[in-house]
Amino acid sequence: MIGTRTLDALVVGVVLLVVWEALFAWAGAVAITPPLATFRYAIGLLGSGFFWSNAAATMEAFAAALAIAAVGGVALGIALGLRRFASDVAEPILASLYTIPKVTLYPVMLLVFGLGISAKVAFGVIHGIVPITLTTLAAVKAIPPVYVRAARAMRLTPWQTAVRVLAPAALPEIVGGLRIGFSITLLGVLIGEMFASQRGLGFLILNGIGSHNVPMTTAVTLLVIVFAVAANGALLMLDRR
Amino acid sequence: MSRRAAIQCTRIAIAIIGVGLLEALCRSGIINERTMIPPSEMAGAMIGLLASGEITGDIARTFSTVALAFVIAVALGFATGAVLHEFRRARRAADPLLASYYAVPVFVFYPLLVALFGLNILPLVAIGVLAAAPAMTIGTLTGFDRVPRVLRKVARAHRLGAARTLFLVVLPAAMPGLLGGLKLALAYAFIGVIAGEFILSSGGLGYGIAFAYDSFDNRGMYGRMLFVLLVAIVANGILAAWETRLLHRRTRA
Repeated sequence: MIGTRTLDALVVGVVLLVVWEALFAWAGAVAITPPLATFRYAIGLLGSGFFWSNAAATMEAFAAALAIAAVGGVALGIALGLRRFASDVAEPILASLYTIPKVTLYPVMLLVFGLGISAKVAFGVIHGIVPITLTTLAAVKAIPPVYVRAARAMRLTPWQTAVRVLAPAALPEIVGGLRIGFSITLLGVLIGEMFASQRGLGFLILNGIGSHNVPMTTAVTLLVIVFAVAANGALLMLDRR
Repeated sequence: MSRRAAIQCTRIAIAIIGVGLLEALCRSGIINERTMIPPSEMAGAMIGLLASGEITGDIARTFSTVALAFVIAVALGFATGAVLHEFRRARRAADPLLASYYAVPVFVFYPLLVALFGLNILPLVAIGVLAAAPAMTIGTLTGFDRVPRVLRKVARAHRLGAARTLFLVVLPAAMPGLLGGLKLALAYAFIGVIAGEFILSSGGLGYGIAFAYDSFDNRGMYGRMLFVLLVAIVANGILAAWETRLLHRRTRA
């Protein structure tokens, strides 16, 4: 017997595949490849060195961007969250930074950092650092003041306070913030690759359009989605623990 | 000076110092003129573009696309949220989809949408809807979840019909969640449309920025950029102020 939950999940999966198949039936092979052909093509891609060198280019930029955004965002969030006044001043500024279309800033990144990996990294960072800072800030603000007073009573240094008291107390929210930051940073890096790059998965997707290589575009899109959803699922599980 | 005024003043001071610093760096040549033009010139370029009517067509095109995407996304997102709220099982099945939806860089669908609809306004509307609708669905679910059960009981005690229950009781009580959804939906629709124009399009403000970048027209690029950023910040500020007032009234009541 399978449970209703598994059954429901299966139904959702089947519905998604049917929608995909329907899109193919409607638009035809010039726009999108059907599920089965895409899976086959994607498996072929996974066996090719060509795909992995592009995936490595994306992952390299993404890992660097995520590391900078995570460390910077958490540090900034803790530093601001501890000061009521500073966080009241900064929060709306950060919130409006979060809602501006940062794509428009990409040319500035290119002009400042030049064509290459550092512009992609910087672009990923400006996407990811703001939501991570905002969630950390909110989490630190919500820490009961008695914890901070206890830390002061024990004469912990600011560094010890941050590492031993604040970070553990705010950990669940910080993990949630990192989950959001993860996907937004990935988005930033991919958009950067779509606009001005010669390597990477974003480049492959857009290049597939330019050269009418529909199976390539569909398959790489699928692989990016699978990666993002799998990573998100892993972080969600971490979040629940 | 009250605390709120002090906060406002500090915020304005930070903005002035930031812009002033950028201006000084550009004027002194520490930041190369080919990299960035001074903020005062950006503002001048923006006013010039607006006054000459050069970007009027782009503005109309981009904002009508955003507006269309936003309206569709809100209607679709709200309807989906309301239906999911009613059917527990559908909601439980959809929950993992909603939780991981924004992990998918929705933007990867844009090239596919261009292939589906052709290079016109439709893929831009579609990407705006794809980016914005789930935020509205999540906002609707959050809002409906927070409607106190006693309010629904009151509605039943007054023998209100389904429509009147919805408009007189449920919607006002769900307002904070709905407003959060609206705010995000607007921002995401705007981001999606501009990003789409930027990467692959034949017109609009995002396209204008990319085109100016490609043709080394720094004044045109920074003027348009400033305009887009100002519009986004002002729109977000208005919605945020509305939200604060609403929450304020609620806590007083």
